[in-house]
Amino acid sequence: MIGNLVATLLLVALGFAVRNALRTPLWAEAFRRMRRRPLVIGAGVILALFTTIAIADSYSWADGKNQPTKTVLDRVFERPQERTYSPPMAKLTTEASPKPLLATHILGTDGVGNDVFYRTLKGVRTAFLIGGLTTLTVLPIALLLGMLAGYLGRGVDDLIQYVYTVLDSIPGILLLIAMMMILGQGVPQLCIALGVTSWVGLCRLVRGETLKQRDREYVLAARALGLGAPRILMRHILPNLMPIVIISATLGFSRLVLAEAILSYLGVGVPEDVGSWGNMIEAARLELAREPVIWWNLVSASTALFLLVLALNIVGDALRDGIDPRLRSA
Amino acid sequence: MLRYLVRRLIYAIPILLGVSIATFALFYLTVPPEQMARQNISAKNPTPQQIQDWLVARGYDKPMPEQFSKHMRGMFLFDFGKSDSTSEPIVDRLRSGVGPSMVVGSMVLLGSVAVSVVVALVVAAFRGTYLDHWVTFLCVLLMSVTFLVYIIGGQFLFAKLLRWFPLAGYQEGASGLRFVLLPAIIGIAASLGANVRFYRTVMLDEMNRDYVRTALAKGVSSSRVLFVHVLKNAAIPILTSFVLSLPFVVTGSLLLESFFGIPGIGTYMVDAINGQDFSVIRALVFLGTILYIVGAILTDLSYALVDPRVRLE
Amino acid sequence: MSEETLLSVRDLRTYLDTPEGVVKAVDGVGFDVRAGRTLALVGESGSGKSMTALSIMQLLPEPAARIVEGSVKLDGRDLLDLTAKQMRELRGKRMGMIFQEPMTSLNPTFTVGYQLLEALKCHGGARRSGLGQEAVKLLQEVEIREPEAVLRKYPHELSGGMRQRVMIAIALANRPSLLIADEPTTALDVTIQAQILRLIKRLQGEHNMGVLLITHDLGVVNETADDVAVMYLGQIVEQGPVDAVLSAPAHPYTQALFASRASREHRGRVLPVIPGNVPGPHDWPPACRFHPRCPFRMDVCEKVTPEVSHLPDRTVRCHFVSPLEEEAKLEH
Repeated sequence: MIGNLVATLLLVALGFAVRNALRTPLWAEAFRRMRRRPLVIGAGVILALFTTIAIADSYSWADGKNQPTKTVLDRVFERPQERTYSPPMAKLTTEASPKPLLATHILGTDGVGNDVFYRTLKGVRTAFLIGGLTTLTVLPIALLLGMLAGYLGRGVDDLIQYVYTVLDSIPGILLLIAMMMILGQGVPQLCIALGVTSWVGLCRLVRGETLKQRDREYVLAARALGLGAPRILMRHILPNLMPIVIISATLGFSRLVLAEAILSYLGVGVPEDVGSWGNMIEAARLELAREPVIWWNLVSASTALFLLVLALNIVGDALRDGIDPRLRSA
Repeated sequence: MLRYLVRRLIYAIPILLGVSIATFALFYLTVPPEQMARQNISAKNPTPQQIQDWLVARGYDKPMPEQFSKHMRGMFLFDFGKSDSTSEPIVDRLRSGVGPSMVVGSMVLLGSVAVSVVVALVVAAFRGTYLDHWVTFLCVLLMSVTFLVYIIGGQFLFAKLLRWFPLAGYQEGASGLRFVLLPAIIGIAASLGANVRFYRTVMLDEMNRDYVRTALAKGVSSSRVLFVHVLKNAAIPILTSFVLSLPFVVTGSLLLESFFGIPGIGTYMVDAINGQDFSVIRALVFLGTILYIVGAILTDLSYALVDPRVRLE
Repeated sequence: MSEETLLSVRDLRTYLDTPEGVVKAVDGVGFDVRAGRTLALVGESGSGKSMTALSIMQLLPEPAARIVEGSVKLDGRDLLDLTAKQMRELRGKRMGMIFQEPMTSLNPTFTVGYQLLEALKCHGGARRSGLGQEAVKLLQEVEIREPEAVLRKYPHELSGGMRQRVMIAIALANRPSLLIADEPTTALDVTIQAQILRLIKRLQGEHNMGVLLITHDLGVVNETADDVAVMYLGQIVEQGPVDAVLSAPAHPYTQALFASRASREHRGRVLPVIPGNVPGPHDWPPACRFHPRCPFRMDVCEKVTPEVSHLPDRTVRCHFVSPLEEEAKLEH
C-alpha cells in the first residue's frame, strides 16, 4: 500500500518537473534540438520503455488475505518456476497455454529454474530504485553545501572543502566496500553508501558554478536591491545551476547503476532475493564454465544493463549539447 | 619547488587526520559491533558466545578510547596489525602483492594512454568527418558496457574458446608474460571508450583556440599545428589525469586480479571481503588514501612542470 | 612610393551554415588595398568585417563557413583558385594577419622566441645561423626594449601592448606586402592603442605595405586610414577616401554612425541614435538591409537591393543617394 503511494507521488512529482521545465525557453530549445536526432529519439524510447517496466513493477497488491503481493509486472510476466536450467525458447513444463509466446521461457531459465526474462525485467526496478533514491538524496545535500561554499566563501567554504577533501581522499571502491560490509547488504544501505561516495563530485560542480555566478551582474543587482542571501541563492542562482545539475545527475545515474552491478557481483550489494542484474551476472559467471555453456543468463542481464546505461549516456550527452554546445567536456 | 612540496605535505596532515577519524567512525561507531557480528557470522542465529568470540577476535570488545588509540597508532605508524581471518601480518601480504598489481596495472595504464592518445589524435585530425562521428559513437558504446562483461566475455572468448591465453594464474619474471597479457588487454579495452572521448574533447578544445589561427596565419602546416602546438597544450590535462591514475596502479584492479588469479593487492581485497576481514579492509582503506594524496601532490607538481603559466605558490 | 594594387576583392560572398539556416555573412563585398595605403573596414559587430578578413586568408571556421563566390586577387593571382598548399606558402610570406586578442592568440606553452623563429623557419628554409639575430632585429623593429630577454619569455609574462608588438613582429617576420589587422587595438588600453597604431603606420611606411585595418572605432579610422569602407550586415554601403567620407558621409548609415559619436558639440543636447536595433543574423531585412532604420527610406528601398553606384569621390549602395549619380553624370 505504501509502496503504491510512494510510486504515485514520485510519478506526479516527475510529471510536474518535466512540465515546468518544458515551459522555460532554455529546456524547450534543448528538447527541440534533441528531437531532431534519431539516435536521441531512440535512446529516449528505450528510457521510456524501462521507466514503464519499473512503474509496472512498483504497483502491487495481494489477491487475497494470505496471498503474496504481486506487482503488475509479476502478473504479466511471471512464469512458473522450473527445476533447473533450460535454454531460451524452452517450453513450460507445466500447463500449456494456447498463446505460443506465453508458453515458452523466452530467454530460458537459470540454475534454480527462474525464468530469465522475468528476472531481467525485475532488475529494472532495482536499477531505477538504486539510481533514483541515491540521486534524490545526494542532490539536495550537494546543492546545499555547494551553494553555501561557493556563495558564502571563507570559513564556510574552507570547512566544506575540508570535509569533501577528506571524503574524496578515500578511494571510492574501497570506501563503498567498507561501508557495505559494515552496514550490511540491502537497498537502503547501498543507497547510503553510494550517496556518501558520490555527493562530492556534484558538490564541487555546484560550488564552481556558484562561484562563477556570484560575481555576475544580476547577483550584484539583486544584492544592491537588498535581497538576502537565501533568496538570491534560491530564486536567482539555483535556476542557473539546474542545467548542469540535471546533466550531471543523468550521467551519474548510469554510473550508479554500473556501480551496483559491480558491488552485487562482489557480494556486497543488493541481497540475493532482490532481483538485480549484478546478482544475475555473479550467478552467471560460473555457468560459462559448464558444458554445454549456459550463456543466456549472462547475456540477458548484461544486455539490459548495457541498454539502460547507453540510453542514459546518449540522453545525458544530448541534453548537454542541447543546453549549450560549448559546454562539451568529457 | 621544495617549499611548495613541504607545504603540501603539511597540508596533508589534517587531511590524514580527518581520514583516520572518519575511518574510525566508520568502522567502530556507525554500527553497533553486535550487529556487525550478527551480519558477518555465517550462522543463521549466532549464539551470544559466537558473537562474543567474533568481537574479541577483532578487538571490538575493548573500551572505546583504547580502540581509538590503537586505531590511530596503527594508522600513523603503518602498523597494520594482523589479518582477522588468517592472523598473518598484513604488511607481508601487501609487500608480496604490490609486485603483481603493479605489473598488470602499469601495463594497463601505459597501454591505454598510448592507444587512446593515438586514436584521439587521428579523430581530432579528421574532426567533423564520418570517421569522427562513428568513433565518437563507438566510444559511448564502449563506455556503456560494464567492466564485468569485458572481463567475463574476454576471458571466455580468448582463454576458454580460442585458447590463445591461459585462463588464470601468475608467474614471476618474463615467462609469466602470457599470464598478464590477457588481463592487460581487457583492462585497456575497457578504458578505451572513456579515455578516447576525454582526450578527443581536450584536443578539440585546443584546436578551437586563437593561437591555432595565428599559427596557420603564419604559414605553419596544419599537421605541424596539430602535432606540435595542439598536442603540447593538450598534453597538460592528459598528463595530469595520467599522474592522478598512478596510485591506483599500486592498489590494482579488484576485478581483473580476482578473475585472472593475479596474486596482487586487489585479490587481497576480494579475499578480505569474502572472509569478513575488517582489519585488512581498514589497512587497505588507509593505504589507498595515502596513495591518493600522494597522487594529488604529484599531479600538482606535474602541472607546474608542464604548464609555464603555473607558478607554485 | 608606389601605389600598386596589392589586393583586389570583387563580389566576395561567404555564407555560414547554421542549424537555423544560411547566414550571408559576407554578401557581395569588393575593395582594393594599395601598397603604402591603409584601407579601414568599419562596421558594428555582426557586420561581416572579420569574416571578410578570414575569407581573404582562407582561415574560415570549417565546415560551417564557405566562400561561395567572388575573386580575391593578390598580385593578380586569384587566391580562391589556389590549392591548400599554395595558400599556405602565401600566408605569412606575402600576407600577414594580426588579431584582436594578443593573450589568446599566442601559444601559452611556447616562448616568444620559439614562435617567432617558427615563423621565420617555415618560410625561410634552414638558415640555421643568423635566425636568432634576425629575431632580435624583428623585436627591435617593433620597439621592444631588451629583445634578447623577451625572446626567452612566455606570452603570459608580457603586458598586452608587448604581446601585440610580438604578434606584429611575427606577422611581419617574412616581410609580407599585405598586412591584415583585425581590431588590433580593441583589447588594449587607450594609450597603448595609439602606440600600436603609430607603430603599424611606421612599419607600413618603411616596407611600403598595404594595410587592411578592421575596426569599429571611428577615431582609429580618422587617425590612421587613407581609405575607408563602411560595412553593414554583410555589405559595403559606402567606400572612399577618408577625407571625403568622414567630412561628408553620403550613406544614411554612415551619416548616423558619425553623428552618434559623443563629442563636445553634443554637450547639453540629446545624443542622436540610430533607431531600432541591429537585426540578428536570421532576421535581415529584404532588399536594402538598412531600410527599416533609415530616415530617408523610400518605397523602392524595401523592394530592390541597391547596387553599388559610383560617385566622383566614392561608391555607395543607396537608392536615396544614387540620383546624385545621375546628376554627376549630367555634369560631366
